[in-house]
Amino acid sequence: MGSEILVQVQDLKKYFFKERLFSTEKEPIRAVDGISFSIRKGETLGLVGESGCGKTTAGKAILRLIEPTSGQVFFKGKDLMSLRGEELRKLRPFMQFIFQDPYESLNPRMRVGEIVGEGLEIHGVARGKEKRERVEEVLEQVGLHPQDAFRYPHEFSGGQRQRIGIARAIALRPELIVADEPVSALDVSIQAQILNLLMDLRDRLGLTYLFISHDLRIVKHISDRIAVMYLGKIVEMASSEVLFRQPLHPYTQLLLQAIPRLDPAKREEKIFFKETFLSLEKERGCLFAPRCPHFKERCAREAPFLVDHGDEHWVACHFV
Amino acid sequence: MRHPLLEVRSLTTHFFTEDGIVRAVEDVSFEIYPGEILCLVGESGCGKSVTGLSILKLIPIPPGQIVRGEILFNGRDLLKLSEKEMEGVRGNEISMIFQEPMTSLNPVFTIGDQIMEAIQLHQKLNKRDARKKAIEMLDRVKIPSPEKRIDSYPHQLSGGMRQRAMIAMALSCQPKLLIADEPTTALDVTIQAEVLRLLREIQREMEMSVMLITHDLGVVSEVGDRVAVMYAGRIVEYGPIEDIFHEMRHPYTRGLLESIPQLEVKKTRLNAIPGQVPNPLNLPEGCKFHPRCPLRIEDCRREEPPLFEVKEGHYSRCLRWKECR
Amino acid sequence: MNERGMTSQIKFFWKYFKRNRLAVGGLTIILIIFIVAGTAPFLAPYDPGKTDVSLKLKPPSLKHYLGTDQLGRDVFSRMLYGARISLSVGFVAVGISIFIGILVGAIAGYYGRWVDSLLMRLVDIMFCFPTFFLILTVVALLGPSIFNIMVIIGLTSWMGTARFVRAEFLSLKERDFVQAARALGLNDRRIIFRHILPNALAPVFVTATLDVATAILVEAGLSFLGFGVQPPAPSWGNILTEGRTYIFDAWWLTVFPGLAILLTVLSFNLVGEGLRDSLDPRLRGRR
Repeated sequence: MGSEILVQVQDLKKYFFKERLFSTEKEPIRAVDGISFSIRKGETLGLVGESGCGKTTAGKAILRLIEPTSGQVFFKGKDLMSLRGEELRKLRPFMQFIFQDPYESLNPRMRVGEIVGEGLEIHGVARGKEKRERVEEVLEQVGLHPQDAFRYPHEFSGGQRQRIGIARAIALRPELIVADEPVSALDVSIQAQILNLLMDLRDRLGLTYLFISHDLRIVKHISDRIAVMYLGKIVEMASSEVLFRQPLHPYTQLLLQAIPRLDPAKREEKIFFKETFLSLEKERGCLFAPRCPHFKERCAREAPFLVDHGDEHWVACHFV
Repeated sequence: MRHPLLEVRSLTTHFFTEDGIVRAVEDVSFEIYPGEILCLVGESGCGKSVTGLSILKLIPIPPGQIVRGEILFNGRDLLKLSEKEMEGVRGNEISMIFQEPMTSLNPVFTIGDQIMEAIQLHQKLNKRDARKKAIEMLDRVKIPSPEKRIDSYPHQLSGGMRQRAMIAMALSCQPKLLIADEPTTALDVTIQAEVLRLLREIQREMEMSVMLITHDLGVVSEVGDRVAVMYAGRIVEYGPIEDIFHEMRHPYTRGLLESIPQLEVKKTRLNAIPGQVPNPLNLPEGCKFHPRCPLRIEDCRREEPPLFEVKEGHYSRCLRWKECR
Repeated sequence: MNERGMTSQIKFFWKYFKRNRLAVGGLTIILIIFIVAGTAPFLAPYDPGKTDVSLKLKPPSLKHYLGTDQLGRDVFSRMLYGARISLSVGFVAVGISIFIGILVGAIAGYYGRWVDSLLMRLVDIMFCFPTFFLILTVVALLGPSIFNIMVIIGLTSWMGTARFVRAEFLSLKERDFVQAARALGLNDRRIIFRHILPNALAPVFVTATLDVATAILVEAGLSFLGFGVQPPAPSWGNILTEGRTYIFDAWWLTVFPGLAILLTVLSFNLVGEGLRDSLDPRLRGRR
């Protein structure tokens, strides 16, 4: 793995403001609240967290599919946030997105060939016969038949549709792919196929992934490093080996414990935390404090920063 | 010899659609004993949910129809009961909870109203006693400060709390059997772990039987006593949980388990099952799994294998079960 | 969308549409009226404008299928030509209204923010006018020609379509496949016309069909009040008006144009509802 940095995210924020007639509420929903990390070329960074933690919003904001509130994203050294219109569109082929729901992400009125080949045509990469050949090549790369180019998305199963989505993403030979829960809508036996495909493509095409998922097993399997998100913030980030061997943040510990073991003999009594009814409005402290078993007074007063505890093991907790 | 609480024999449920007959459940037999958790596990369209709905006769007719079979609950065949008699069984002796509690709870009533309604439907209690009982049930499913929560509306609760409220409602009449259809699928892992633990605890306390329908072998491993693995409307393997996880005798069960990434070992590729889940309108001949099976032989194409007894209580629908693992 | 794509979509939709017998019946009637209107010069036994006072107010017979009017003109022939005018008024007016509606709705829905607010307030204002009286006023000012009537009906009936299209755009632009198109680096025009619009058209067809019925009624109403298509050019509305005077002596002068209007409008409504049901995946039961 090269040490060249492909993507650098700095203090990225995305706030949603509830708009009401005649007034804008002052207190926004902080979907992504100042996250920073970088991804090296050829590396896979897993972004893991539970529903509503902001991981998908983060992924989309990084590619500017939604406009971030503030922060910077450097892609190949260019500040994406400063680019406008045509400049950004020119960079799009190099960074692609894979969506969660294969039933939602393909235009039902376009043939597979058009879906996969559209980008090639728009960016002037290939036209006519050349385009058709490239589409066929990509379809074969993702395990589909070249003849599938003439069919419509509704003729395919969920797993095959996801392959079409992947084909669309890799047709332009991107460097970065943000994959948002790419297997969670699929059956277990199909999940494994798609995971294998994503890993094969990574090796063959030298792709860099930001892999977003709620499933810790899958994230561990595919990622080199993992960042754990909780309520819009990254609470821990480390190589996947280290994170699973030695989780330092109480939330990460909770998440890892909650993973079903797949071994009925090891149905040990686990430590559990209470679900919370404490509201977190305007509190200045650590967002995890209401659920944290190691809660101390300081946690309510000040928010912890992400601190490097050696070997690129970053943790945001006062008591590590 | 214990007597089973529920005995399903050769249950066959079909859907007669315009595109053809969907054989959702085909010749499914299993038992649930008092005080155990039986897990029905399989991928989408394998017939696990239809099996659950068939037991309570909640299949929409038409297009659905229970074509054959017996469903013996305490020795009584539910399929022979009238709709009126069934109403006395549903929610009273057998309860059911679903994946998304938000759609099963009515948004315009408080959860207290809904639990009380369930109680008063089957028990002769006045309003005050019903309310007391509802609070007791909420406490039992570990909802904090139940006297306050009872007047909450469903949308005021988190997903995990809503599922707890659903469980409280389902259990308010002390059913002997709870059918839980993907009860934790919509929940986050941490909440899922808690709800599963709660289910297990309550099941022990109330000496109730549970039929847990899920696609997730992780969930099965956490709570199951015995497991029935379904594929294309059939049970393909059936046995005690230890056997299913460690001594599986069907290539599909093995494929499912190997599709899940292991935490302990770093493997580069998963042993994925090739191919697609079959179209229920167009099932293959012979063994329904043979097109995707690594062990298939000529015979698999020709005849559908019966359930072979691997050892007492453990069955596999595979001609080559001896060679599997 | 290429042509073969269109065929497959239509086949898919036809499968559901043909189950609705009333709608298929409506479609058949519309097709018949169309053919009749198209071939009126060949079908009509007489010149619709030819008067012959000796034949005035004759009841239906084998010579004059639907009788003659007060000037001795053949009612059947006039009805055939009237169908041409009524249908063209309906279709051209709706064509204009759909064009404006789609344009306004697409822009409002896709760009949102102040553009949306501005255009939607315009829609609200247009809705505030009692349309029929607006049309009457304009016709009174500009004179009642077929052309004027078509344009005016079109210009005053696009608001429903605009709201529909806007709502479709609002929800479609958030869909993943539109985001995917954005991620590919497509420009707004391509996203609007290639990715969103084809998916937004289904409900527009439904309203359009219903609008044709409305437009035909409006034209009939205008003609009835004398502000529509001017005699001697025949339209169902003005045949009806002229027959009004003789309603007790010559019932055929009012009954047949009335029936024609009723049947046509009913057919368009039935087809519109059939379209809506077969295009709505929820009513189909499957995605």
